[in-house]
Amino acid sequence: MSEQATMRGKAAIVGIGETTYYKRGQSPDPEFKLVLDAIQLAAEDAGIDVRDIDGFAAYANDRNDPSRLMTAFGSKDMTFNNMVWGGGGGGGSAAVANAVAAVLAGYSKYVVVYRGLAQGQFGRFGQGPQTAVAAGPGAFTAPYGLLSPAQSFAMRIRRFMHEHGAEQSALRAISMATYRHAQSNPRAVMYGRELTEEMYDNSRMIVEPFHLFDCCQENDGAAALIVTTAERAKDMKQKPAWVLSAAQGSDYRQAATAHNSPDYATSNFKTLAPRLYAMAGVGPEDVDVLQSYENFTGGVLMSIVEHGFCEPDEVNDFFTLENFSAPEGKLPLNTSGGNLAECYMHGLELVHEAVRQVRGESTCQVPDANVSMVTSGPMVQPVSDLILAADRGVDA
Amino acid sequence: MSAEVGSYLPEGLPRPGPAIDGLGAEFWEAAKRHELVVQQCRACGAFQWGPEWICYQCHSDDLTYTRVSGRGIIYSWERVWHPVHPALQEATPYIVVLVELPDAGNVRMAGNLLGDRTQDVVIGAEVEVVFEDKGEGDEAYTLVQWRVVE
Repeated sequence: MSEQATMRGKAAIVGIGETTYYKRGQSPDPEFKLVLDAIQLAAEDAGIDVRDIDGFAAYANDRNDPSRLMTAFGSKDMTFNNMVWGGGGGGGSAAVANAVAAVLAGYSKYVVVYRGLAQGQFGRFGQGPQTAVAAGPGAFTAPYGLLSPAQSFAMRIRRFMHEHGAEQSALRAISMATYRHAQSNPRAVMYGRELTEEMYDNSRMIVEPFHLFDCCQENDGAAALIVTTAERAKDMKQKPAWVLSAAQGSDYRQAATAHNSPDYATSNFKTLAPRLYAMAGVGPEDVDVLQSYENFTGGVLMSIVEHGFCEPDEVNDFFTLENFSAPEGKLPLNTSGGNLAECYMHGLELVHEAVRQVRGESTCQVPDANVSMVTSGPMVQPVSDLILAADRGVDA
Repeated sequence: MSAEVGSYLPEGLPRPGPAIDGLGAEFWEAAKRHELVVQQCRACGAFQWGPEWICYQCHSDDLTYTRVSGRGIIYSWERVWHPVHPALQEATPYIVVLVELPDAGNVRMAGNLLGDRTQDVVIGAEVEVVFEDKGEGDEAYTLVQWRVVE
């Protein structure tokens, strides 16, 4: 890969901040105020004045307009603002990629990547659309009671399980690992709420094959992180989390409507993962710790396979609580508790945790973690990935 | 292929309609006539579903809707237990199937699998279309449902 075609080692995440994470509807503050707070905390963590942030990168139709944010802060100039198309968490790592692109292109000095969610303020808890008419693509699903994200994704997982003989225990291992890690993380909404095998097995079915504990939470809160160039990052307050690679992608016709993507039993990472590793100059065997977006456990199952951590026909052996537990497991997974048990911050909390692992500051620290990876948004279009490292990996 | 089904899911769910730009209107009109149609390219013969404005294979905009047999294969399925709509409060569990249509380029359609809501669902089982007429007057519409071929 030519020098011009890679961002490897040229930028870093230098600050992270998040508000208190609340259960849905519990935030005392509105969403916009939560975002202001998270960005200020990230600036403080980075050791910069919040008014020095001149770029804004968001995803998933975030409601908090950068022009209003920079006005509220009294910033002198906004040099860049950007939104990744697509819903859910698919744009989480892509927003980081866009922030890196903005600082490397010379548009901006400091770009903030942010996500605000006050789900209590904006509705929907476990409820689908309630319009009189489902027009267009929704017409082929909604009238049949195929309405919610859980229902939209369950059939992809069912097909994967059918093709590869994957068992419910594989999904359970993902859920249990996230809850186990949340027990060490005081930020986690599920801190102090352990999950046992019996609790999982006896929990109510949402839509087969998903039990309650296979589904993400809904929460209130905000998170923000700051990206800048390597030159600036070297002399800042925090140990830089170097970006080895960040990219988005979407496989052939994955957005075909009415469940017609030609490759159906997929998390949509098959074309992205090879590009990601090639840019980073690492492979799955080099990854010390993984944060993998859980909208539903089944998405994590396919994400881990499609990033080369195990073969599709080996998931029943590989997907165990032991393998996913920090610090000794083969692949410590979602070490803050993730979307299932820390907070459903549309996966930006996963990027924060990947940074903490690189800094050595996780509540479930993997010793000497160097390569720290995030996968964002399985089964949506687009999806995105991020590889951070403690070692810059290029000559400084 | 008959219409003697009642209503698998209660009234009150969104009723189907074409996209705001008209895409898909022919499918729902055909369903009212109890005909199953799939979009097909006149130029290269490719089937595609859901409908698009151009053919994904050859990019022709000369597209039509072709009647197909209504026989299919269960490609995937789910049984829904948690109701996410007020109309479904008393309607769970219910089964959604994804049906592959071998005589239409293996495109897939989602619908309900009629019959026992607790039945074992077998991927690969053969199913046939059942047209379910719902609503009245200007709001009449027909859903495309499925049942296992005995």
